[in-house]
Amino acid sequence: MFEAVAFYLFAFLTITMFYIAVTTSQSLYALSSLAAGMIFISAFFFILGADFLGAIQIVVYSGAVMALYAFGMMFFDTTRDVKEKQGNKAIILGLSILSAILVIVIVSAPIVGNNIEALYPVTEGAGNVQEVGMVLFTKYLVPFEVAAVMLLVAMIAGIVLAGKKMDLSLTLMTEAEILMMKEEDKNKKALS
Amino acid sequence: MEIGLNHYLVLSTILFAIGLVGVMRRKNLLMLFFATEILLNSVNISFAAISHYYGDLTGQMFAFFVIAIAASEVAVGLGLLIVWHKKHNNIDLDNMSTMRG
Repeated sequence: MFEAVAFYLFAFLTITMFYIAVTTSQSLYALSSLAAGMIFISAFFFILGADFLGAIQIVVYSGAVMALYAFGMMFFDTTRDVKEKQGNKAIILGLSILSAILVIVIVSAPIVGNNIEALYPVTEGAGNVQEVGMVLFTKYLVPFEVAAVMLLVAMIAGIVLAGKKMDLSLTLMTEAEILMMKEEDKNKKALS
Repeated sequence: MEIGLNHYLVLSTILFAIGLVGVMRRKNLLMLFFATEILLNSVNISFAAISHYYGDLTGQMFAFFVIAIAASEVAVGLGLLIVWHKKHNNIDLDNMSTMRG
């Protein structure tokens, strides 16, 4: 009973939040509603008994990803309204048909896969975090390492791409130096 | 009332459709990234639900890797976006026609 109440409550909240994130024209509203939706999604993981996944969801999404987006939005003009595409009837029609097909496929998938059995079944008497650790560090060790390398590559790429002129600090420079830097930037823009 | 696997799958489908609509109608690249996050999250819900109802941990493992990929995608994507914004002073999708053949 409580599970049903929680499911419907969080389903309603998540759908509302993501709908706002997709349709609003203010990027700040989109950011905050997306962060709220991420936290509401972690509630589903807790309902489903995937405690570790829920904690990771909160830490990674609303901690790291949202902070990164907020950081990125400092660079962009966020007060301006986001311009929208003009509604294209053909695209909307195609989307609705695609979504409908998707519903049918997803709902019929468990019926087709009725005879599948668990590869890594849940062990008795172990918490979710323990189970995850046991499977992750035995069967999924290689993908785990590859994911670590991928995160390292992404981190270096982020530093290289966004970190130009990070060695300069506007607060430590004198006024004359800042003016000179701005002049240089202008010249570069005029050239390119 | 019992909540079954289909409930979660329907919810995941609805969220995926919302994300798909967002990807199709957004012009601003930052907003497009938000929509892709919604897509990834909706898939994660169905992974966790299948993992729970079949008593198998593989679904949760896949959800972890999806989260890792989403995090690195955001890092690289935002870096590229900042570079593009420094160069062209906007992040509209329609202006990105330099790679058009």
